[in-house]
Amino acid sequence: MALLEVKQLSKTFGGLEALKNFELSLEKKELVGLIGPNGAGKTTVFNLLTGVYKPTSGTFYLEGKCLLGLKPHQITSCGIARTFQNIRLFGDLSVFDNVRVANHWYSSYPVANAVLRLPSYFKYERRMSQRAYELLEIFNLLDKKDELAKNLPYGEQRRLEIARALAAKPKVLLLDEPAAGMNPLETKELMNLISWIREEFNLTILLIEHDMSLVMGICERIIVLDHGEIIAQGTPEEIKRNPRVIGAYLGEEAV
Amino acid sequence: MDKQRLWLNVGVAATLAVVYFAVDWLIKTGIITPFQQLNLYLIGINIILAVSLNLIVGFTGQLALGHAGFMAVGAYISAVLTTKIGIPFLPATLAGALAAALMGIIIGLPTLRLRGDYLAIATLGFGEIVRGILINIEYVGGAAGLIGIKQYCTWPWLFFWTLITVLFIKNFINSTHGRACIAIREDEIAAEAMGINTTKYKVLAFSIGAFFAGIAGAIYAHYFFLIQPNTFSILKSFDALLLVVFGGLGSLTGSIIAAVFVTLITALLQDLAQLRMVIYAVLLIIIMIFRPQGLLGTKEVTFEVLCKKMGGTTWHCSK
Repeated sequence: MALLEVKQLSKTFGGLEALKNFELSLEKKELVGLIGPNGAGKTTVFNLLTGVYKPTSGTFYLEGKCLLGLKPHQITSCGIARTFQNIRLFGDLSVFDNVRVANHWYSSYPVANAVLRLPSYFKYERRMSQRAYELLEIFNLLDKKDELAKNLPYGEQRRLEIARALAAKPKVLLLDEPAAGMNPLETKELMNLISWIREEFNLTILLIEHDMSLVMGICERIIVLDHGEIIAQGTPEEIKRNPRVIGAYLGEEAV
Repeated sequence: MDKQRLWLNVGVAATLAVVYFAVDWLIKTGIITPFQQLNLYLIGINIILAVSLNLIVGFTGQLALGHAGFMAVGAYISAVLTTKIGIPFLPATLAGALAAALMGIIIGLPTLRLRGDYLAIATLGFGEIVRGILINIEYVGGAAGLIGIKQYCTWPWLFFWTLITVLFIKNFINSTHGRACIAIREDEIAAEAMGINTTKYKVLAFSIGAFFAGIAGAIYAHYFFLIQPNTFSILKSFDALLLVVFGGLGSLTGSIIAAVFVTLITALLQDLAQLRMVIYAVLLIIIMIFRPQGLLGTKEVTFEVLCKKMGGTTWHCSK
């Protein structure tokens, strides 16, 4: 059975059909790319899968459990975490705290323990810090842990966002344009990092990206959206040669 | 590290004990005049109000203007319990505060869906509704107010409740729950996406803030003998908000310093009568021009920071 199963997902905003009958089936440890021109509905897919939007119709399952109608924080605790296209870090919190916040849902303790400073408070806080340390180490951000997130350079903010998403212990990770604004070298490093965390954390990854070198380089399967509809899917090689995809990106050839 | 922290805590506790006994002695020997004592109580009440409102506005980022309403609930419930029913001060205070917290939950659930100015208007309305209801209840004296409240609140109570408020909120903020609240302030959508139940935390922060506003109300009622609905008008809410903004949104020590400073300024300018408000306003404008983030911004004055500022690299100062 597929890990994430999306069935006939649609979303309309007023008269605009942002997404029509979107189908997706992600196997465990798959790395799938979602591409398409601007306004094709890619981010809408993410917003639907994370509960930010309620779908007009259709449903989706994670490990056979229906997640339709759950709130975003409940979906996160079921195992889907994401990053955002326009970075949404907690700017005035330190890098370290940004990661620790995402630990909250599975390693919290009662408010009374915090207020009375009971031993369990220290125990859980230490555990949360420990995990944050490990993640920051992996993402090479440990020496910046006390800096405010908003003061990091752009590339590091992107990395921190992925670290934070991982801290939420996802089974499925949704990356919304992780390489946006990165130079080719940073993109290359990011590709290695994504492949590495997939192995290390047993992750299933769905990513939106405009950087074709990244998408073609690491995705095993690519889904192409245009005007809210899937126009093609297959391996990177198939997608490269697909005339509909070329048409959507570059415009149809004049006949 | 833990040992150093222990010593630091012992040091802080010792300092607080010295302050407590010193003021206690000064009151008993009559060195502190009644006017000074009154201002001492106002400082305590203002600290409680500012710190509790800072949790809602400064840390959780929800602009609420109904703090006086919660204070009124705490004041009236506790005063009715002590004067009309004859319940001791402590349980009456707690009952008043719990009623305010409950009110916080009831008000918070529908209104915290709103953001920014809409939440401000809704909570402002709440404060006015409380006042309006109190004016129309004959049982608590209507517009004339509730009189004959016994002056149960003494220095030990004031000190105790101020300390509890600051400690409670400080410990809350420096925990995963506090970080969840700050994350909501920073970016609600991202906080939700990271698994934080934003509704729960907004209502929690709101009701904790309301609880301590209720405590402040109970202290107020049992020190000033008399409570009137108009005492808890919208101006009182603004006073509290002013302290928070003045000290820095998201800084507990900032709120405390602002509460002390503003209360003392008000007391010192007492003789100038009408001119007082002008000076007060000019002072505020100057601060907002030169330090729009408030006195401390989001920073805290801690013993560790103080040690570093003094240039001390002594072992017990290192974190």
